[in-house]
Amino acid sequence: MEPFRSHTGLAVPLDRANVDTDQIVPKRFLKSIERTGFADALFADWRFDADGRPRPDFVLNLERYRGASVLVAGANFGCGSSREHAPWALRDYGFRALVAPSFADIFRQNCVQNGLVPAQVGEEEARALMAAVERHEGATVTVDLEARRVLGPDGIVAEIAIDEAARRRLLEGADEIALTLRHEAAIAAYEERRVAF
Amino acid sequence: MSAPSTLYDKLWRSHVVAEEEATGRALLYVDLHLVHEVTSPQAFSGLRMAGRRVRRPDLTLATIDHNVPTDEPILPIADAMSARQVEALEQNCRDFGVPLHGLDSDRRGIVHVIGPELGATQPGKVVVCGDSHTSTHGAFGALAFGIGTSEVEHVLATQCLWQARSRQMAVEFSGTFAPGVGAKDAILRLIGEIGTGGATGHVIEYRGEAVRAMGMEARMTLCNMSIEAGARAGMVAPDDTTYAYLEGRPMAPAGAAWERALAYWQTLPTDPGAVFDTTVRIDVSALEPQVTWGTNPGMVTGVGGTVPDPADFPTPAQQEAAARALAYMDLRAGTPITDIAVDRVFIGSCTNARLEDLRAAAQVVRGRRVRDGVRAMVVPGSQGVRRAAEREGLDRIFRDAGFEWRQSGCSLCLGMNPDLLRPGERCASTSNRNFEGRQGPGGRTHLVSPVMAAAAAVAGRFVDVRTWPGVA
Ligand code: SF4
Repeated sequence: MEPFRSHTGLAVPLDRANVDTDQIVPKRFLKSIERTGFADALFADWRFDADGRPRPDFVLNLERYRGASVLVAGANFGCGSSREHAPWALRDYGFRALVAPSFADIFRQNCVQNGLVPAQVGEEEARALMAAVERHEGATVTVDLEARRVLGPDGIVAEIAIDEAARRRLLEGADEIALTLRHEAAIAAYEERRVAF
Repeated sequence: MSAPSTLYDKLWRSHVVAEEEATGRALLYVDLHLVHEVTSPQAFSGLRMAGRRVRRPDLTLATIDHNVPTDEPILPIADAMSARQVEALEQNCRDFGVPLHGLDSDRRGIVHVIGPELGATQPGKVVVCGDSHTSTHGAFGALAFGIGTSEVEHVLATQCLWQARSRQMAVEFSGTFAPGVGAKDAILRLIGEIGTGGATGHVIEYRGEAVRAMGMEARMTLCNMSIEAGARAGMVAPDDTTYAYLEGRPMAPAGAAWERALAYWQTLPTDPGAVFDTTVRIDVSALEPQVTWGTNPGMVTGVGGTVPDPADFPTPAQQEAAARALAYMDLRAGTPITDIAVDRVFIGSCTNARLEDLRAAAQVVRGRRVRDGVRAMVVPGSQGVRRAAEREGLDRIFRDAGFEWRQSGCSLCLGMNPDLLRPGERCASTSNRNFEGRQGPGGRTHLVSPVMAAAAAVAGRFVDVRTWPGVA
């Protein structure tokens, strides 16, 4: 996993609350046994009609957001299923960071496992950011994980609420299993004293 | 004396392998790792690439549920992608020595149905699975939660998982349910009140007299949908109901071990005076059967209610979300819920496809007929449930009424197998998610209890099952 420090990129606003993982990646894409190749699966039912043609009104299909790498989303983003295909699809599509007032727990964790930053900001800042990126064509947003800050157009600055473990994991991009295996002695000791019947 | 502890506190403390000072998180030991075919292939590939093994195959249990066809014969699986995913799990279990209840096992079924049924799910355990409805297992006083595929790989390799402490929410259900009203209605009401993000960052403990009075299957229904309120996990303290359910199950402790287990389990319930971060109280005595009208489980009302007017919601964002939901659901504000006609009925899923659910639904349809034009199916949660139901003749009751009686699996809960809604079809479903397209692209889902679904099949529309002959 590539370490993440700071990223500046074109931002796309998805102004809906409670976007669930069934929308982020519809189930028919869950049959893949690969970890990549989900770019076209992202928001497939919102992006494409039944014949596979792009729906012109969906925000990701607008010309001005082509190449976006920061998604500005509504509250409780990523609720629902635990499918890690959701962050895989966001990442494969080209997103590096997500900014929202809140994320669902499992989804947030899955993002962290894949170097995709779930940048939680205050509700008011999120609203202001949403409005600003809609207003300014070509607006970029900076997600600075080292400084724990999101910088947007119109001088918007928002603090990122993220637990330290997730932040470190993103900054270091380390193989977590290898890190855990350094606790081998503690795991073995626990197995000795573990309550089991 | 140490400070009073909650069930969650006790489970947490007893599973800490190591703590990381700088971040405050802990490495927790996992007692039971359930695995299914959809969220595991990439985890096994990861192990293979890194040359790692499964640390504790004896604490790991796999089954195949999401892709399984439910009409006979189930083999061969026609969908090549589904077949490949199933084969991948079979191969992975062989290569890594993981026990599997595969397609040929008479104990296979939905992962959250067979864990308890086999007695693998027990009080005091940490249970994980690459599936959000792992919260179901909390009904036994286990700490059970869903994880992503990277974490599946981590648990396979280390039998441990890094976790941060959750906040704690007590949900107190007081009172007594009216006949025909139960756990599904209670959990839908809770989500309606606190919202789909209402318990984010929390573990819920369900408490109160209404919960104590529930059987294990109802408790599982309750815990199952904790995730729909955003909770990390849902749990119920173990009691005599729990022990009676577990005793004699194939993977439950027996003999002297049973006595030791029982003594330990009895120490687990929350101590008097223990503190929760939040408490929500709901009196179930006046609770109506619940029906969702929208595209998330929080968009719900009583069967005596009407489809809400988006203009009545407090914020513009909620108004817009409600309007979009009504458009998707093809519903008009002000329509009485009992005027909504259904095309399909699905009794199934890890929320409501256990024996008690099927018994209650059969009671409603006994001697009646599914309305013309409605296609109704029962998909038992496991082959074990299916057999038990057949022993009681429930299959006959359903078939005689015009229901399809299927093999077990996830089926129409999410339609990764051939069971799908067609675009525009409206379904009364006992499952847990009414998201857009969940049961098939363009399909419209109304979440209800098994008895409400059964009555809808007969009436062709939603009815207040409290007034149904034989229920009231
Ligand atoms: S029945 Fe539905 S919710 Fe339950 S595990 Fe299967 S797909 Fe998931």
